[in-house]
Amino acid sequence: MVRLLPSKERLSKGSRVSAEELAADVAVDAVASEQTAPTDAIIDDDMPESDLVFNVSDLSVYYGDFRAVRDVNMAIRPKEITALIGPSGCGKSTVLRSFNRMNDLIPTARVEGTLLYRGVDLYDERVDPVEVRRRIGMVFQKPNPFPKSIYDNVAYGPRVAGQKKGLDDVVESSLKKAALWDEVKDRLNESAIGMSGGQQQRLSIARAIAGDPEVLLMDEPCSALDPIATARIEELMAELKDEYTILIVTHNMQQAARVSDRTAFYSVEVDEKSDRRTGILVEYTNTEKLFSNPDDERTENYITGRFG
Amino acid sequence: MALGTIGGDGRTTARVEQEIFSRGRDLKGSSFKTLMFSALGVSILVLVVLIVDVLVDGWPVLTTRLGGFISGTLRSQSTDELLGISQGLAGSLWIAIFVILLSFPIGIASAIYLEEYATQGRLTSAIDIAIRNLAGVPSVVYGLLGLFLFVTTNNGESTLFAGGITLAILVLPIVVITSAEAIRAVPSSLKQGAYGVGATKWDVIRTQVLPFAAPGIFTGTLLSLSRAIGEAAPLILVGAITDRLAPRDRSIFSPEQLDDRFTAMPIVIVGWVQEAARDVGFAAAAGAAIVVLLVVVIAMNSVAVMLRSYFEKKRG
Repeated sequence: MVRLLPSKERLSKGSRVSAEELAADVAVDAVASEQTAPTDAIIDDDMPESDLVFNVSDLSVYYGDFRAVRDVNMAIRPKEITALIGPSGCGKSTVLRSFNRMNDLIPTARVEGTLLYRGVDLYDERVDPVEVRRRIGMVFQKPNPFPKSIYDNVAYGPRVAGQKKGLDDVVESSLKKAALWDEVKDRLNESAIGMSGGQQQRLSIARAIAGDPEVLLMDEPCSALDPIATARIEELMAELKDEYTILIVTHNMQQAARVSDRTAFYSVEVDEKSDRRTGILVEYTNTEKLFSNPDDERTENYITGRFG
Repeated sequence: MALGTIGGDGRTTARVEQEIFSRGRDLKGSSFKTLMFSALGVSILVLVVLIVDVLVDGWPVLTTRLGGFISGTLRSQSTDELLGISQGLAGSLWIAIFVILLSFPIGIASAIYLEEYATQGRLTSAIDIAIRNLAGVPSVVYGLLGLFLFVTTNNGESTLFAGGITLAILVLPIVVITSAEAIRAVPSSLKQGAYGVGATKWDVIRTQVLPFAAPGIFTGTLLSLSRAIGEAAPLILVGAITDRLAPRDRSIFSPEQLDDRFTAMPIVIVGWVQEAARDVGFAAAAGAAIVVLLVVVIAMNSVAVMLRSYFEKKRG
């Protein structure tokens, strides 16, 4: 039972579309979704499970005894941008970091429920987190270039994966995909520390895609950037969508509305007795619907600015 | 507009001046500053007096026969032409080699394990506290340890080996603490960035942690080397020679030295200061030896500073 929006289908099939066509497509998309039934909520069984990149069921993440987020159910489709939004402390970053087992780096972190990546449970004890992170790359909130040359930054992932030959080509194509090549091609051997914040963040993206991942996780990638650098990153994401499945956590609702195909709204549940705050997934649906006609009152309150 | 009033509320410029001009009345602040300056002055003064004092004492030796003094050996008369510090320098050099070969690798490796591999918990904090306490234990206690472990078990014979190992153990906790602090200061954003593109723990340590922590590790370890070279008390306990050491035909670099009785620069100095009561000429020799030791230590610390800035530049 596949009920994709028509324009989405075209987007994923048409491999070479210009930016104008893309923009026109998005515009048509918006109109189309308004005209079609507003009940076009996309639920987990929209797409056959075999086509999903991730299938999350009843995921809870704990830090020690503290349950940071509970009972998350989400299906992530290939080559789409999925945005995770919500107020501070709602656990959206925690959820994002469980997709490539970055939470493993926090000794007390623990996961319950299942998180399937192409049908394989990521938290199966036989899974090697290093292999997971080579397929599911990550871009962080604050640009974090390594104190090395631009070249060595981009080549880092392939090198730790054991690649020795053809690094020049990988570096060039990754920087091109990250829309950074023209700015840095003459100074690849200079330190990455001297770049502007926006360039550093695009370098982080180049570094993440150099290892040829399938998925990119972006944890508030624009929150430390000015509006112009933010716009460049957003353009870049639209281009990268052709090749990668992207999950992005953002505080910026306009950004989620602009770039994403699907949006998950997280909120915080406060336990009156213990004053403990647990994140919950309130609503997960296609982006136009979530921002124009959400099913849940809490979503409505959040996106209209009455809360959070 | 009335003369001298600007801004519309009738206050004259003179009135505003009176309000905002400095009245120079921050007495507490300026007396605090004076106090801090005096404290700094006292430290510097003590240092200057010390250096001038040893320079004056050692001046005759340093200016007339520096070369012979460095190549000479321990003698019973201060007027002896062959009086010098070569045995002390050789002993101190060997101690430095022990520290470099034992304390540096073991200490840095322990720090890496504690910071990067060990599960942080009660056991690691207990070990951390224990190492900090060990660094504060008086050096004489390490001398006793060396005496029991390496001299008593060796039929009571004092050897350079015993002295070297004792001082290597003495500075080991300092090496661990300073290296661990340097490793802890590595920004977690760098480590996360590396993990995020599929680096293993070993990759992260090799390519991020160690390069970033290198300046701090080098500074800490070289300062601990200076400490080892300046120590006298533990060496006296493990039986370093303070009076005379039979000259040998061996090169100071020959490993057979390790089984010999030994001395070191601080020991030579202590010995000569004591001898000066009997033979005043030794006071000048002691002064000159102190100047040489100071020069060696200052040179090592300068290398530490240069290495630090080199690695800091390299890490960008």
